[in-house]
This record gives sequence, structure tokens and C-alpha cells, in this order.
Amino acid sequence: MKPLSKANNLLLRWTQSEYLVLGLTILLVLAVAPFTPELISTGNLRNILSYMLPLFIIATGMTLVMITGGIDLSVTSIIALTSVIGARLMSHDGGGLPSSGAVLVMLTLGASVGALNGAAITMLQLPAFIVTLASMMFVSGFAVWLTQSKNIYGLPESFLALGQRLPIALALTAALALAAHLILHRTVAGRWLYAVGINPTAAHISGAPVRTITVSAYVASGFCAALASVLLTGRLETASPVLGRELLLDIIGATALGGTSLFGGRGKIAWTLFGVLFLTVLDNALNLLNLSQFSITLTKGLVILLAAVLDALRVRFHIHTPA
Amino acid sequence: MPPTPTPSTASKELLSLRDVEKAFFGVRVLKGVSFNVLEGGMLGLVGENGAGKSTLVNILGGNLKPDSGTIHFANALYAPRNPQDAAHCGLAFIHQELNLFPNLSIAENIFLTRFPCASRSPFIRRSLMHERTTALLRQVGLDIPPDRIVQGLSSGERQLVEIAKALSLEARLIVFDEPTTSLSERETARLFNLIAQLRAAGLTLVYISHTLSHVFQLCDDLVVLRDGEVVASGATSSFTPDKLVSLMVGRTLTNLFPQPKPNTVGSQGGVPVLEVRDVSQPGVVNQVSLTLHQGEILGLAGLMGSGRSELARMIFGLAPFQQGAVRVSGEVIHQLSPRNQIRRGMAFLTEDRHREGLCLDGSVADNLALVTLPQHGQPPLGWLSLESVRAAVSRIRSVVRLDTKANDTQPVRTLSGGNQQKVVLGKWLLSQPKVLVLDEPTRGIDVGAKFEIYTLIQDHAAQGAGVLVISSEIEELIGLCDRILVMRQGRLVDDLPRAEFNRERILSAALGSSLEVTA
Repeated sequence: MKPLSKANNLLLRWTQSEYLVLGLTILLVLAVAPFTPELISTGNLRNILSYMLPLFIIATGMTLVMITGGIDLSVTSIIALTSVIGARLMSHDGGGLPSSGAVLVMLTLGASVGALNGAAITMLQLPAFIVTLASMMFVSGFAVWLTQSKNIYGLPESFLALGQRLPIALALTAALALAAHLILHRTVAGRWLYAVGINPTAAHISGAPVRTITVSAYVASGFCAALASVLLTGRLETASPVLGRELLLDIIGATALGGTSLFGGRGKIAWTLFGVLFLTVLDNALNLLNLSQFSITLTKGLVILLAAVLDALRVRFHIHTPA
Repeated sequence: MPPTPTPSTASKELLSLRDVEKAFFGVRVLKGVSFNVLEGGMLGLVGENGAGKSTLVNILGGNLKPDSGTIHFANALYAPRNPQDAAHCGLAFIHQELNLFPNLSIAENIFLTRFPCASRSPFIRRSLMHERTTALLRQVGLDIPPDRIVQGLSSGERQLVEIAKALSLEARLIVFDEPTTSLSERETARLFNLIAQLRAAGLTLVYISHTLSHVFQLCDDLVVLRDGEVVASGATSSFTPDKLVSLMVGRTLTNLFPQPKPNTVGSQGGVPVLEVRDVSQPGVVNQVSLTLHQGEILGLAGLMGSGRSELARMIFGLAPFQQGAVRVSGEVIHQLSPRNQIRRGMAFLTEDRHREGLCLDGSVADNLALVTLPQHGQPPLGWLSLESVRAAVSRIRSVVRLDTKANDTQPVRTLSGGNQQKVVLGKWLLSQPKVLVLDEPTRGIDVGAKFEIYTLIQDHAAQGAGVLVISSEIEELIGLCDRILVMRQGRLVDDLPRAEFNRERILSAALGSSLEVTA
């Protein structure tokens, strides 16, 4: 019986580990690769990487927001708006702004929409869900109206390179994620972010600038969405007023899958990376297995549900361990 | 079976526990607990936090099953599978944290599980329900309409509603678990009257409390629990307060309060660290002025709603006031906010540690470091020196003598009440405040932890800080303070130096009866 209990213990320890989702990703690859060797071909791995980078960028911003106990539904609309406005500015009839200038405008615009979200949430004391739902509808409607629902093509090479040259995109993403990670774990603001998510009243009484911290999280989220928009627009060589529309639930799902709590106070950038990686690989693997789109969505839904159940069990178990 | 004539003294037991055992994850929290509760009697159950009282209540209430042992209630084996079972058998519980739905009316709360309906229809007969509720409320001495939403009731009123609910369920035994923690003196007196009426009506009561004076005043018999064992039981008259406390803590505390330290700075000659001048907010506080000196422990007494906590919140920038000024170390503060006050050397321990004091799901270390984080961050980015944070946390842990079994990374939620309060006090002491404001610093914690907190307060004052202590327990203020101020209806009505400390005088000033002091 001894080896069994040892194995049991190992299993238990493993479910407690924060690398669980990463481990599951590896298992998934090992399980699926024999059936579709294509999964681990260089071409496909590049494909997975270029697909997950923008997703991870947005999810990084979402992680910061979710740690404060909020949610940002407006990220995909920010992607669409910054995409079409950046493209318009770079096009000949729009003024022919150099691509660096356009990127700067896009990032500022994304951060500004985030600031408005944050201001409405903190000043008017409205729930984040409603505020960002409203701004999602407004901003995406605005993007469609601006372009009269037309895509914009013919973007300058220097701009497209950001999304198409994998090393550049990878470097940008890594820098952003590293910065977010360091902010969370090594700065006063990061610690405050968690405190605000767990108990804003106690944080306020303890001297944390709760409003500023909350607004900053949404600014960061808007900024991340705009950066993702640069990569996405570049990759597709097209600016579109509906760009990224289908990504929202994947982003929230991946963040939650990683272990970041929707109730606030708990989350890590590394967890989110694992969540995004897992969901992207799962999507890709099921695609390669020639499953239909609806069964892929169905599987993703099931996996996210399972992750939530596992997480709930994990938290419950932790609380009951005798001190 | 023919009815056997019971002795006229009615000393038959209603509830009887035999060798009740309970363990969690291998840790025995109840070790063969046995005792009886006599029919029509009132039993006091005392013990420190963690002695096993809550587990016992949870077993009686059907929330937990004992591992072994038997319980008899009214001569029948009693093994409730759930709280409904317990209620059905005739047990009712008045908990520390009340179990009412704040968004429903009084009547709806009372009849929630069995709304009176017209036969076989889903429609509630509201008029009947209200009629019955009014009658029940009259029984507990509460004169408010039955359709009032519970949200707007005071904690004392909510408790009476709970008791009315127990009566409506025709309970034979009511367990009161820390019923006076959130009550003012007046509400407590009203509760005690009601308890006397309940006893006169023949109900059997079990009373759990940390307030030993109440236990002595109310109970016929006592059972003392320590570390899951019954260490003593018997008639209340066979105990003295000192004996009871030493039984509870398992060691002899010479006194409930530490000896006052020789006041090195002296409250008279000391430099004022906090000055409040004519602070007014309509309906809350009226023209309040007070001065807190270096090294002084100043007590603020008063009933709940007298404006004492409200005043503290104003001083700390948590509540607005229309007129007046607050000076910290001689400097008038214009923009009051917790952030600004902390920068100026103030600290404020609020009365509700769960809602306002702690990030319950956060770790012990994160909670301890929360207030002083900026000190460890390097501008402009606030880059933290993890080493100095860790050093500060371990230093303050030993200062407040936090349970050494508690891990730095453990969520504060998992600590006992006393240790949680030490975490809150610790995070404020780390900021080395010149002005320390404490609102109910020992609420709901056990005797041993109380003593340690008093010692910490005295030590901090001896180092030259001014301490303002708000408390509902007059004994606590008398034992701890150099001077006591009394508030009533938003005004300061009395000011007593240590030499004049007198329980009667403080109480009557707070209540506004005969001995009124002209301001």
C-alpha cells in the first residue's frame, strides 16, 4: 500500500502546485502529438506562439484588473478602436503619420479609455462589469461608425513588422510581462493592488490610495489591449473595426484558468501565461485533429469549468489544513 | 408509564452530554466532554478562544457530528443531522454574528421556513403573519412594525428579533453565544431583563460569554472548558472571578490588567500630540474638544451611538465634519484622510477587524506590512526591499507575540480572534505612531490575549505616544487609562482623572441619569 499512498501524495502535491496548468499543457502535447505529429512541427509552434502573444498581452492587463476584484470587458473594443484609428493616421488621406507616431497614439488612446473606465468605476462607484460592458458597446460602435464598417489595408511595412516578425513581438511581450510581474511582486503599488482586491476598506484605512490603484489597473489593461492591437493589426495586415471581437471570452477564460481569482486578491502573471498557453495549445491541437469549431468551443468550455472546480477545491483544502 | 412525580426543585436535566469527542484532521478539539443542563436552569459556558465552545455549539446545532459520545435532550437520544433537526427538537441559537437576512422584513425573517399560507396555495397570508409577528415582538419588548426591513435595525434590535424567532419555534432551550459583544450597556440591560422573563417562563438557557461579570450575574451553574476538556463545573456561587480566570487560562493571572507603568513623560506636563477643537457634525457630534498628551492613555467611554467611534473616524479622516479643527503635533490638518493622517504619525484600529482591519484572505506577512509598505519602497517606482519588509515583519511578530505556529504566508482568516487582533495592532505599531487610536481593541478575544494587548498598549504609551482607547467595557478603561472622557449624545459630558475613576459615575454620565455633570 505504501507506494500507492506515496503516489497519491505526489498527485495531491501536484494539484496544489502552481505549475499544474503548465504540467497539463505538457501532458496535452504528449497525448496529442502521436496522433498529429504536425503539432510539434516548427511551423506549428511558431503559429501557436504568434497566436498566443497578443492574447497573453491582453490577459496580462486583465490579470491586474482581476486582482483588484474587477473585470474589463472593454479590451476587445479597445483593440478594434486603436486598430482603425492607428491605421487611419498612417494612411495617406489621414495624414501619413510615421508608424512610431501611430503606435504611440494607439497606446495613449488605449490607456485613456482604460482611465475613463477606472474613473467611472471609482468616482461613480459603479460595478466594473456594467461600466466596461457599456464602454465595450460604445467604443466598438464608435469604431464601426468611424470606418463605416470597412477594413483598412495598405499599412506601412515598418508597422506590419511589429506583428509579423516573431522576435520583435516576442521581445515586446516578454518585456511587458516581466514589467507586470515585477510591479506585482516587487513594488509597493503591486502589494497595494492585492490588498485592494482582498479588502478595499481595510486597504483605504491602512493608507493605500485605493482609487489611484484601481484606476491604474484599468489604464494598464487599456494599454495592454492597445499593444495587442498593434501586434494583431500587423499580423493580419488589416485594421478592422471588429478586430479581436472573438477573443474576449478566451482572455477571461485563460486568466481564470491560470488561477487568478474573479473575486480579486489572487493572481500572478506566470499563472496567466500558463492559462493562455494551455488554451492556445488546446485550441490548436483540436484544430489539427480536425474537430469542428463547435466541438472545440465545447471542449474549451468544459476545460475552463473543470479548472474552476479544481481551483475551488484547492482553495478549500488550503484553508482547512491545520495551522 | 405513569408520570413519576418530579422533585419540586425541578432539578431534572434537560440536556445531557456524555463523553463527547470531536477531532479535526487528527487534532482533538473536544476531549470527552460531559455535563448536564438542568431544566429551567441557566448554564454558563466559559473558556478561552479555541477551548472548544464553538465546536460544542456547532454539534448541538446540528452543523457538526461528534466522533463519539452521546447527547440526550428531554430524555431522548439527540443526534441532529442538520440545523433544521435541532430547531425541530426545540433548540434555538442566538449567535454572535446574527443569522438574519438584512434585505427581508422582520416578519419574513421569523417565518422564513414556514410562511403561513392559505391552504395549499403558494400565497402568503401577510396579515396573519404580521399579526403573529407583532405578538412575538411584544413578548420580547420590541415595539416596531413587523414589516420593517432588518437592515435598518440596530444590533440589539436584531438580537431581539432572533429571540422572537426562537420563541416562535417553541424552543425549550436557547443557547446564547456571546450575545452582548455588539450591544450597548442599555441594550445589554434590556437583554438581561428579557432573559429573566424567559427563565420565569420556564425556558432553559445556555449562556456563552467572555464577559465574566455577566456570567456571574446571570447563571446558576458554570462549566469551564479548556483545550477541549471540562476543567471545572458546579454552582456559580462556588467560583470566584479570580478562580474562574485561572481555570480558563490554566495559569494564575494575578490581575486582568497589567500594572500601570510609572508614567515617565507625565500626562500633565506632556506635549499635546493630538488636539481636537470644537468638532461638530449635526446629529453625530457636538462641539467636542479634547487633548491627548505624549505618554498618556486616554479612555473614551459612552454608549454605542454616543458618537465615540464616529469622533474617532472623523479624527482619522474617515468621516466628514462641518466645523472644528484637528491638530496633530501642533499642526492643523486641513485635508484629513487616512493616508495623510498615517503620514503625520497617526494610527487607527477600527472596531470591526474583519471588515475594516484585515485583508482576511491575505497572508500574515502582507497584513502586517500593509501600513508601512511605502517605507520599504524606493522612490520613484516604489521598488521594495523584500529583505527589509521581512525583517520588519519578523520584528513586529515577536513584539506582539503572535502565535509562533502561525506561518508568515498563512491567510489571516485561519488565525484565532486574539491573533488576528495582534496582527491588526502589529501593523499599526510598525508605523511607530505618535497618536494611536484604538476602537474596541479587545472585542471578542480571550482573557490571555486581552492581557497581552493591554501590555502592548502600555508599552507603546511608555515610549512616548499618546493613546486614545474607546471601549464599551468600563472595567477595561478603568484598568488601562490615565484619564477617561465620557460621551453622551455627541457631547463630552465628563472628564475623570485616574484618582477619580468610578464605575458608577462613568455609567451614569454615559446614560445621562441623576449624576449629570454640568459641562
